[in-house]
Amino acid sequence: MKRKKAAAGGEDIGRETRLELYRLQLELRYCEKRAYDLFLQNLVKGTSHLSLGQEAIAAAFGVAMRSDDWTFCTYRGHAHTLARGASMAGVLGELMGRQCGLLGGKGGSMHLTDVSKGAMGSYAIIGAHLPVAAGAAWSAQYRGTEQVAVCFFGDGTTNIGAFHEALNFAAVWKLPVVYVCENNLYMEYTAIHTVTAVDHPAADRAAAYGLESVIVDGNDADEVYRAAVQYMDRARKGGGPALIEAKTYRHSGHSRADPAKYRPEGELEKWLEHDPIKLYRERLAKLGVAEATLKDIETDAMRKVDEATAAAKASPVPALDGIERNVWADGGAAWRN
Amino acid sequence: MAELTYRDAVAAGIAQEMARDERVVFLGEDVASAGGVFKATVGLLEKFGPKRVRDCPISEQAIIGAAMGAAMTGLRPIAEIMFSDFLAVCWDMVANEIAKTRYMTNGQIALPLVIRTANGAGSRFGAQHSQAVENWAMAVPGLKVVAPATPADVKGLIAAAVRDPDPVIVFEQKSLYSTKGEVPDGEHVDQLGKAKVLRSGKDCTVVALALMVHRALEAAEILEKEHGIACTVVDLRSLVPLDTQTLLAETAKTGRLVTIEENPRLCGWGAEIASIVADECFWDLDGPVVRITTPHVPLPSADQLEDNTLPSVARIVREIREKID
Repeated sequence: MKRKKAAAGGEDIGRETRLELYRLQLELRYCEKRAYDLFLQNLVKGTSHLSLGQEAIAAAFGVAMRSDDWTFCTYRGHAHTLARGASMAGVLGELMGRQCGLLGGKGGSMHLTDVSKGAMGSYAIIGAHLPVAAGAAWSAQYRGTEQVAVCFFGDGTTNIGAFHEALNFAAVWKLPVVYVCENNLYMEYTAIHTVTAVDHPAADRAAAYGLESVIVDGNDADEVYRAAVQYMDRARKGGGPALIEAKTYRHSGHSRADPAKYRPEGELEKWLEHDPIKLYRERLAKLGVAEATLKDIETDAMRKVDEATAAAKASPVPALDGIERNVWADGGAAWRN
Repeated sequence: MAELTYRDAVAAGIAQEMARDERVVFLGEDVASAGGVFKATVGLLEKFGPKRVRDCPISEQAIIGAAMGAAMTGLRPIAEIMFSDFLAVCWDMVANEIAKTRYMTNGQIALPLVIRTANGAGSRFGAQHSQAVENWAMAVPGLKVVAPATPADVKGLIAAAVRDPDPVIVFEQKSLYSTKGEVPDGEHVDQLGKAKVLRSGKDCTVVALALMVHRALEAAEILEKEHGIACTVVDLRSLVPLDTQTLLAETAKTGRLVTIEENPRLCGWGAEIASIVADECFWDLDGPVVRITTPHVPLPSADQLEDNTLPSVARIVREIREKID
């Protein structure tokens, strides 16, 4: 089994990339916290699945991906969509059901998509997007574009059929797709180890599809970034798919409705000590990044979130003619002549 | 015009589109080397090579999901689901993902793809390989649904489906694969959403689909010759989009409507047709709409039992005589 150790020095990752990784993680964190605040103000409706604590994975891939690569993610997809450069006002607007939303208010929190940025959708049925990502990878392979599809999912997904169908399919066809399991230890409300036959829900299954077992610290952006670069590069060059298990932890419950009372005492506190943003800030400081530089990044990130919030709040609610639009390619919804 | 079997028309339709457009690719179980379990795709691998005609594992979710991912990134895939019953195995992909993604993303994602599948009864395969499930697909917004009855329509509707910018499910009736018919020479492209009036009569309008079209025509012949009842027979061909103009006009002409369905009784497509007619041309009707369906049972396999479950020519004749006369 291949386990990567976080490099303390990290000379292999340049300063600009590092600052970008910090900036992006912060933006994802602040925006997700804002989404929660907007819930409490009853401005965000429906459900929502926050990825507080898991930002390093989305940020590292977001920075490592080529602009024409594709992201496929789950209903816990705010961060992954933002990490590709989707408009923050568009994300918050969609959560708030506003016209400026990425989907014009027709998808909501669980379906964030921005095709112009390569964010090819957030899929709300567990496992569904793994075969879809394989299909996109097939298209890249067929057309010889050297694009890579990256597909993020949770530990719970490893127990559904589509996971196994997609992994086998991608391996047999040697498709340029990188599957990333964000193992946050819980499938919804249930501890993953109580419902899974192996210790590492993704990595221990890799061998079944002829893939190497890869486990990374999903709270260490550098470690995730290195794995992202390595396996996307291999896929791009025709080396086939990869399955990466990134160990992480979500700070909040599964969804808005979940207070996460099933966690053993002290577990959250332990993981907060290993918070990706805390860890990264300490590393940057140790590497000699000035406190003022870090402060500036933090101020800018908060300003961006504030501006996006204001823009989303100012946006009107969607026009009603949207209800019967865009079922079909002609823009309409007609099923008869 | 050349005479082709229904199964050869499938391959001809796919080949016509693959030759025209390099973005068209074809995948499914046993479709390439074996040429399909119904031999409906023989020759495609030899003609277009293994890069475009691909055998897949028994993984319906992967097959349909891959078709979706390929369609949203610039290809125009045709995916085969061997038996339409197996759509239940990948219904998430079909009904939750493919059907809804354009709408949910407010038009950002286009899914120009075709799912072909062998549908319907008459081959003694039992309840898990014989269902007519076109009504399942009809009930989901975002899917186009066609079911050809003749080789010409098979080729033309497959071609139209491939060229359509939206997801289309083509339900091929497996008992018709060996039937023959004239297919136009050269490029043949039909139109989705158009019914065909195959026979005109003054007494009654019969609407049918796929295998039932042939039985309706046979019954109409008998009814006219032996019982003096003249029937119009409409081959609906497409459930979504639905040619309501032809349906309503032909019903108004005779004042009577009979639907003949392979679907089991509850929520078969005929129920929707009856509802539309009741809503929109009630005052043109001279009597109640008659639905001739499969009883609301899973399909049995023995010759005797299956033959007496599906609407037969004799049953169609009998019911129309009893209810229309």
